[in-house]
Amino acid sequence: MSKTHVTTVVNDDPVEFLTDPSTTLLDALRDHLGLTGAKEGCGSGDCGACSVIVDGRLVCACLMLAPEAEGRRIETIEGMAQGGALHPLQQKFLEHAALQCGFCTPGILVAAKALLAENPDPSETEVRYYLAGNLCRCTGYDKVVRAVMDAAADLRQVRRA
Amino acid sequence: MTGVLEKPAAAELKVVGTRPIRPDGVDKVTGRAQYGADYVMPGMLFGRIKRSPHAHARIVSIDTKKARALAGVKAVITAADLPNLASEEYEAGEGGGDLRDLSLNVMARGKALYEGHAVAAVAAISPVIAEAALDLIEVKYEPLPHVIDVEAAMAPDAPVLHERMFTQGLPEASSKPSNISRVNKLGRGDLEAGFAEADVVVEGRYVTKGVHQGYIEPHACLASFSEDGQSTVWSSSQGQFMVRTYCSKLLDLEAANIRVIPAEIGGGFGGKTTVYLEPLALALSRLSGRPVKMVMSREEVFRATGPTSGAVIEVKLGAKRDGTITAADIVLKYQAGAFAGSPVGAGSMTAMACYNIPNVAITGYDVVTNTPKVAAYRAPGAPISAFGVESAIDELALKLEMDPIDIRVKNGVASGMQAVYGPTYNSIAYLDTLEAIRKSEHYAAPLGPNQGRGLAVGFWFNIGGESSGAVHINDDGSAVVVTANPDIGGSRASMAMMAAEVLGLPVEQVRPVVGDTTAIGFSGLTGGSRVTFATGMAVTRAAEKVVEDLRRRAALTWDTAVENVAWENGQAVCLDPAKDVKPLTLKQLAARSGRTGGPISGEVSLTAQGAGPGFAVHLCDVEIDRETGHVKIVRYTAAQDVGRAIHPSYVEGQIQGGVAQGVGWALNEEYIYDKDGRMENPGFLDYRVPVASDLPMIDAIMIETAPNPRHPFGAKGVGEVPIVPPLAAVANAVRSALGVRFHELPMSPPKIRAALDAQG
Amino acid sequence: MPHVVITGAQGREFTGGAGEFDVAADTVRRMIIELDDRFPGFGEFIDRRMAIAIDGEIHQDAYAAALRPDSEVFLIPKIGGG
Repeated sequence: MSKTHVTTVVNDDPVEFLTDPSTTLLDALRDHLGLTGAKEGCGSGDCGACSVIVDGRLVCACLMLAPEAEGRRIETIEGMAQGGALHPLQQKFLEHAALQCGFCTPGILVAAKALLAENPDPSETEVRYYLAGNLCRCTGYDKVVRAVMDAAADLRQVRRA
Repeated sequence: MTGVLEKPAAAELKVVGTRPIRPDGVDKVTGRAQYGADYVMPGMLFGRIKRSPHAHARIVSIDTKKARALAGVKAVITAADLPNLASEEYEAGEGGGDLRDLSLNVMARGKALYEGHAVAAVAAISPVIAEAALDLIEVKYEPLPHVIDVEAAMAPDAPVLHERMFTQGLPEASSKPSNISRVNKLGRGDLEAGFAEADVVVEGRYVTKGVHQGYIEPHACLASFSEDGQSTVWSSSQGQFMVRTYCSKLLDLEAANIRVIPAEIGGGFGGKTTVYLEPLALALSRLSGRPVKMVMSREEVFRATGPTSGAVIEVKLGAKRDGTITAADIVLKYQAGAFAGSPVGAGSMTAMACYNIPNVAITGYDVVTNTPKVAAYRAPGAPISAFGVESAIDELALKLEMDPIDIRVKNGVASGMQAVYGPTYNSIAYLDTLEAIRKSEHYAAPLGPNQGRGLAVGFWFNIGGESSGAVHINDDGSAVVVTANPDIGGSRASMAMMAAEVLGLPVEQVRPVVGDTTAIGFSGLTGGSRVTFATGMAVTRAAEKVVEDLRRRAALTWDTAVENVAWENGQAVCLDPAKDVKPLTLKQLAARSGRTGGPISGEVSLTAQGAGPGFAVHLCDVEIDRETGHVKIVRYTAAQDVGRAIHPSYVEGQIQGGVAQGVGWALNEEYIYDKDGRMENPGFLDYRVPVASDLPMIDAIMIETAPNPRHPFGAKGVGEVPIVPPLAAVANAVRSALGVRFHELPMSPPKIRAALDAQG
Repeated sequence: MPHVVITGAQGREFTGGAGEFDVAADTVRRMIIELDDRFPGFGEFIDRRMAIAIDGEIHQDAYAAALRPDSEVFLIPKIGGG
């Protein structure tokens, strides 16, 4: 089967690649573009470790085919820190020790970013339900939720200023 | 340096006990950190494994001709291509096992013993071609009757997995093949007399199912075998030296020729203290002459890697009316999976470890079953026996109308008492931990409608073991700390902190590195709650060696005796009244190191002894939705005897993570098998681990009233004991809410609904 | 003399069922050698498979660990972890 040519935008950069049409977006990001931040934890959309944002919408990259990225804007964990500065979510995760092995962390950060774009002032319950699609086996979620709420507070302050 | 370091009082410590940001954190929050599946090499092939669809079958023949002929396939192997090892005990990983069993688990020989058992492997130029090649491998099986349930496997007419397994530990040697590999007995006193003294007896049978460690990262490695016989393996594992040892033994290669580079690891919890892929990837690489990458799918992780045992626990307790427990009779039956070696021994030793009871008998059965060979899972064996014991104690407390903390204090162990498994306890703070829960806000908080509260305790030994640590001073006065323990829970930060404390440097000037098998002396793996304890000890002693050296160099520079030099706050201070000199900083000494003896370095390799045991006391509130049967955890407090928390945030993290796993084990997780012995739920949708909306904040109370005298800073292992109490804490809370005690886990909604229906 | 006790059943196949001994040894290694002299194979078994609790402290792989004249020594199966 011949390969499909895909043109898309990833983290604000225009990119092109050739791919087997049945390749997932996750595998295309990891294997064709070298962006290994998104992880495969299950391959079936149940763990959220491959979370990316596509045209502003939170998506499991393992459930999307690479050719579907054509003409879309994709945001991955690699685009979260800007110009040498960590995103407030990333900074808060470090301060709150909200990661242990770190494998689920890219996915959770992308999901949290999508959450705060939709809802800048979430309650603890809202954070927990929004992140219910991101499995973490190490932390028990306590420090993750604290970090997200702390970052949300910071971002609201910045917006007000 | 020998002996125990004079422990600094908590108030004197500058770094240990604080919460700096972990040094490897930025790479992890930016996606830069490299895990096992993230490595690539030029010319890399993709490996895949063909697995048995049968739970138990004779392998009649394997024909790989067509697979080998497929364009793009570069190597195909079966057991015939691997050394046929004799039975031999090995010491590696955690405690060791049998080499032949390990080899057969990695690749079946003659018989497939569980659904998912590897029977062949291929390497090809793309994953798609590798998958196609698997389909072309023709395997003829003769299916055999299978057995999964532990008691069914113990029955005299059960299908036998191993013709040459005869039960060990029986009073008379047996010559009838059995699935019971061993019977263990442990105890003291006079059971009959103990029960005779009792006013009240409770008896119960408890059942747990197999559960998986559930690490989010599937097993992954990349192996590259060169034409000169040297090989390199990048592997996500809990121990690069363990991987090297197993690969060398399974493939009959010299360890010196295998370099194992630790990838970052995405969770292990004991499940990555063994190998599944690495020996096969190496063998495929050797055959094909190209690097081979192998990554498991989630389904493979469930079907083919070790969960922990499903088990039956029978508990009989006798007590006087005043709450003194006089006798305990416990029988444990644990699944070992396809090969002998369940954690029933540890389950037996920990079962009554929190209780000072004179008359105890604990019998443990290790039973093979047609399921994947069990692997370690966080305090292996202990959560299972604790579920039975803590449920029975709860039952006893109810019968005696005693507060659950009172009955445990009355029978609780303290320093100077003899553990049921033998040794005398010293420097433990179990009673303080119970009191901390009694005094907590949670304990006094009122309960709402449909809510219940449960308490349970737990114990784990923690281990020491072999570790190496090196401290190098850079020419600018900063330091590098090298160890060989993969960082699962933030241990790099703790290593840097302990070295910084000794050297007197700010922690930001100490860079911790996890080295490969050629970079540092041998180290036992990451697990057993040992890294902060044992590797921390090696690092601390290495830093002390460096400080001794720095003092000597300062003495040389000042022309005074080394006894006149003190090391304070990162500088050498001259105590000689005859000299009028300013202190020399580490930076100054480092700049002149060539003149005073050469580069400044210290390395220590040791076997750490005296790991302090962990005691945990957990309190759990649940709320039951009577309509759906859903159990919600509404509040959870976990107190633990930690000795000294080197980095409190990561100690809290271990406690919270262990609690979450225990909650999943109690409420939803289980291996579900169909009538053919095939797993029906090998994915995260139907193997339901706790998600963020299932849990509340988890309050962790760290008890530091009994620092470990053996560790330079008083640390005890903390990572494992948090998973021991939750099974019973949740079950006891459900009983409190529902009025019905569950003897079987998990307590999933359909089962709660059935219990509610039965109540009418 | 240090008093040695085997916890549980493992190892008793070498000692004819006996579970307690007085041993004239001042280190773990010397204890292993003496027990192996008394019960052939037992020392090797302890060396490979057992942890040794000396006066309450657990030691694994510790030939040089000292035994005092009144030390209480327990032999328990080696412990792993997860």
